[in-house]
Amino acid sequence: MPVKTKTKKSDLKSLTIRVCVGTGGLAAGSQGVIDEFTNQLKARKIKATIVKKCVNKTGCRGFCAKDVLVDVIRNKKTETYQLITPEMVNTIVEEHIVKGEPVEKWLVGPEYHEFHNRQTKILLHQCGQIDPEDIDAYIAIDGYKAAKKSLTLDPLEVIEEVRNSGLRGRGGAGFSCGMKWDFCRRTPVTPRYIICNADEGDPGAFMDRSIIEGNPHAVIEGMIIGGYAIGAELGYVYIRAEYPLAVERLRIALDQAREKNYLGKNIFKSSYNFDIKIKLGAGAFVCGESTALMRSIEGKRGMPRPTPPRSVTRGLYDKPTALNNVETLANVPLIMLKGADWFTSFGTKKNTGTKVFALTGKCKNTGLIEVPLGMSLKEIIYDIGGGVEKNRELKAVQTGGPSGGCIPAKHIDMPVDFDSLTKIGSMMGSGGMVVMDDTTCMVDMAKFFLTFTEDESCGKCVPCRVGTKRMLEMLTRITEGKGKKGDIELLLELADTIRLGSLCGLGRSAPYPVMSTINFFRHEYESHINDGICPAGACKSLRQYLISEEFCKKCGKCFRVCPTEAIIWEKKQFAQLDKSKCIKCGSCYDACPFGAIL
Amino acid sequence: MSDNTLKVKINGKQIECSPHETILQVAKRGNVYIPTLCHDDRLEPYGGCRLCLVKVDRIPRPLPACTTPVADNMEILTETDEIRKIRANIIDLLLSNHPNDCMRCEATGSCTLQDLSYEYNVKGARFYGEKWNLPIRDDNPFITFEPNKCILCGRCTRICNEVVMAGTIELTGRGFRALPDTSFGKPRTLKNCEFCGQCVSTCPTGALTDKKGRGKGRSFELKKVRTTCSYCGTGCNFDLNVKEGKVVKVTSAYDAPVNHGNLCIKGRYGYDFIHSFERIKHPLIRKGDRMHTVSWDEALDHVADSFRKLLKKHGPGSVGGFSSSRCTNEENFLLSKFVRTVFRSNNVDNCARV
Ligand SMILES: Cc1cc2nc3c(=O)[nH]c(=O)nc-3n(C[C@H](O)[C@H](O)[C@H](O)COP(=O)(O)O)c2cc1C
Ligand code: SF4
Ligand code: SF4
Ligand code: SF4
Ligand code: SF4
Ligand code: SF4
Ligand code: SF4
Ligand code: FES
Repeated sequence: MPVKTKTKKSDLKSLTIRVCVGTGGLAAGSQGVIDEFTNQLKARKIKATIVKKCVNKTGCRGFCAKDVLVDVIRNKKTETYQLITPEMVNTIVEEHIVKGEPVEKWLVGPEYHEFHNRQTKILLHQCGQIDPEDIDAYIAIDGYKAAKKSLTLDPLEVIEEVRNSGLRGRGGAGFSCGMKWDFCRRTPVTPRYIICNADEGDPGAFMDRSIIEGNPHAVIEGMIIGGYAIGAELGYVYIRAEYPLAVERLRIALDQAREKNYLGKNIFKSSYNFDIKIKLGAGAFVCGESTALMRSIEGKRGMPRPTPPRSVTRGLYDKPTALNNVETLANVPLIMLKGADWFTSFGTKKNTGTKVFALTGKCKNTGLIEVPLGMSLKEIIYDIGGGVEKNRELKAVQTGGPSGGCIPAKHIDMPVDFDSLTKIGSMMGSGGMVVMDDTTCMVDMAKFFLTFTEDESCGKCVPCRVGTKRMLEMLTRITEGKGKKGDIELLLELADTIRLGSLCGLGRSAPYPVMSTINFFRHEYESHINDGICPAGACKSLRQYLISEEFCKKCGKCFRVCPTEAIIWEKKQFAQLDKSKCIKCGSCYDACPFGAIL
Repeated sequence: MSDNTLKVKINGKQIECSPHETILQVAKRGNVYIPTLCHDDRLEPYGGCRLCLVKVDRIPRPLPACTTPVADNMEILTETDEIRKIRANIIDLLLSNHPNDCMRCEATGSCTLQDLSYEYNVKGARFYGEKWNLPIRDDNPFITFEPNKCILCGRCTRICNEVVMAGTIELTGRGFRALPDTSFGKPRTLKNCEFCGQCVSTCPTGALTDKKGRGKGRSFELKKVRTTCSYCGTGCNFDLNVKEGKVVKVTSAYDAPVNHGNLCIKGRYGYDFIHSFERIKHPLIRKGDRMHTVSWDEALDHVADSFRKLLKKHGPGSVGGFSSSRCTNEENFLLSKFVRTVFRSNNVDNCARV
């Protein structure tokens, strides 16, 4: 809690102001806040010299719901403000910085601390604390030590260490990183390539973006180590062009690394040459798929090809290629620096380390979180997420984005790891986690994800191209009350054809949202189809309007707005509704001042 | 098959094969039928239509036979219930966005989709929804494209890029809106297309057809007469498709030894001369300023006489032979031999220098 002290010059020497300038922060106006601090501090003479080095650009700290977040570190005490706008800066400077009295009404509440305290941030703890545009800031926290050390080892020793750490790919499938590198290294063809997959096309996912924005050097260092391990001299970062800030920070970081000879010829004074190129993706989801991504780098149409042969034997330009996700690579320097044993102390036996999730939906605290693998869903949602918004009832959690499934509330005690999620019919995916309450319709939810996959299908194979289209049309018909008996069985049969018949992971996983919602919420499908009722009340065309005589004040407003004369009303009489004429437009519902229309 | 070092079992039948072969190639050699739509031996394996899915032991997911390399002791089943169900549903899905207009269709009788629909007894009614309603494109002299019949197998675009290397067409758009098209959907013209008709030759449906042959007879009505192209020395084989004594189009079989079913614009579409009224059918000799029809004997005697006179009067240096690139190597050799030994002249040349 704030301590009241008078301003001494010595207090202000260590004065630091940290403003969140990740994409979330910038969108919320953090540049304006930074400018305002700069101006305000300049205006107050003595502090003018301190100001410049005090405004530190920090990356994402996860708590996006409350951007712009500002830390004021004064007299070695950190206070964090939330939802700051440039207009508030004057007061903060006046009260807190000058007088030493933090502006309590704007400080973050206990949920901010709860949100952070329950997490285990081995990756994200640097994001938000160091300046991502300054390589020395990264070096100061032991950055590039792991790369330097790895280059003194035999590549096979590096692979062994990573394999022992149990690190599994964070891009979705959870394949062992060490094993992938081993396969690649063993393919007797050169040159080989390493690629960092920063395409991140899932709706609502932004963990990879935040890591690159917050600590790009960790990814570069991971690539150097991986490149050395598999024997590659060139690496690519495939990143979507819609991430301009991440691309910019990566460019700056690459330049700085080259300047220090961490990239280029004979890096770290060894005999090893390694450099990294950036490739911008145009934002097609399917280009995150490994073979399509490589096609795209080659300048061709980003369409997947069947495997085998796998990319580790025939990848980019038909050469052995290791493709790793951003988060996977960011873990590598930590493993090489602190050892496999240290890494396995997080998580569970087969699911080591931590995972970054994007917690969204009907959850009180939303944002990026990092937790050890194997933490229960309950802890994540209630302890970190603060529970369901408006204290409504939790219905289900959707993980894995469009390729995942949903987990009903009754399984809330399950551990969140690769294998448990797959077992229950969902997926880790890239780490999306959508919390749903009792107002969410599960058919509608499945429809939402199918809309995405249908739109993103590349069109190469029939089950995905036509199958997802027909599946989406069936779901749409069901949510419009046009479902037919037998639709559920037909959906499941189609799901099987798409899942088993499709060429790439996009199609193969596209039916999961449908399959898992039918599995756990079949009755919701049934009541849409058989009774024409959406139990969650979310499907607009299935709504049934009623007029409650208990609340009706006989005002007749509904009567006047109804376009189809479905409301029968006379002065001093209760309004009545003729269901046969009602087209469910909702006008009366909106018009009634007394909430009498239900 | 020099290095048949592996053994695989397809439907219980053991077949020897080499590690470079795909399941489909081995099955074909072993006379095991696997349905395909996007495969063409002239093209790189694609794996798009998923009709050729087969069950491989110990692998949970079915694999496409056309792209999957064989491995030693692989056990492959091509007709399990699960596989047949998936294939039937795939055909059903294709037909759900298809005009199903076989009665009027040019391709009836030579359409793989039609055959498969018959074989699997599906009609495309279980899954329904939006259908394409795109206009027919025949804004060029040789090729008609009916997009609504296209099943996106990508064979036309691949043959245009992999074999012809013309780069005229490519898949555009994605998902349900993907379509093989020229850039910016412009008409095919000599500026962007070679009009080799290779795309037509590979299309498994009635989406791409030879414009000149439309309405003039379907495959089962046509007699195929195998012949060799007379336009150039490559000597491509093709079949004149004849109905009631008229050539209505040209096709070429994959087993054609020189060209494996490939043809150029001349071989495929340059057959108008056959029935042209301007065609010269007899030797002609100019007498005065008129041409007179004569017999072959008379014509050859006339040529021989004229050469003899020239040789006598001006010597061997005054005559020569100029042969055509439409001749084969053997014919060219014979001409040069003839000029050197009979005329005793070294004046030999060929037009193939453009
Ligand atoms: C349709 C589709 C989209 C994908 N998108 C991504 C992506 O955006 N980022 C990513 O890292 N992996 C993505 N993947 C997974 C990659 O194919 C690949 O498995 C992963 O990048 C490998 O890295 P990892 O082993 O470190 O996870 C996608 C897969 C599919 C099928
Ligand atoms: S599954 Fe979908 S995205 Fe993947 S190749 Fe087939 S059509 Fe393209
Ligand atoms: S929902 Fe629309 S149509 Fe139905 S009663 Fe109300 S105003 Fe009339
Ligand atoms: S393309 Fe084939 S299936 Fe389609 S209408 Fe023509 S013959 Fe029938
Ligand atoms: S006619 Fe030949 S060049 Fe023209 S689109 Fe077809 S394959 Fe390509
Ligand atoms: S036009 Fe014919 S060859 Fe080309 S994609 Fe369509 S069906 Fe296949
Ligand atoms: S003209 Fe064309 S089709 Fe005829 S032989 Fe030559 S290459 Fe073949
Ligand atoms: S023939 Fe194999 S996928 Fe089409």
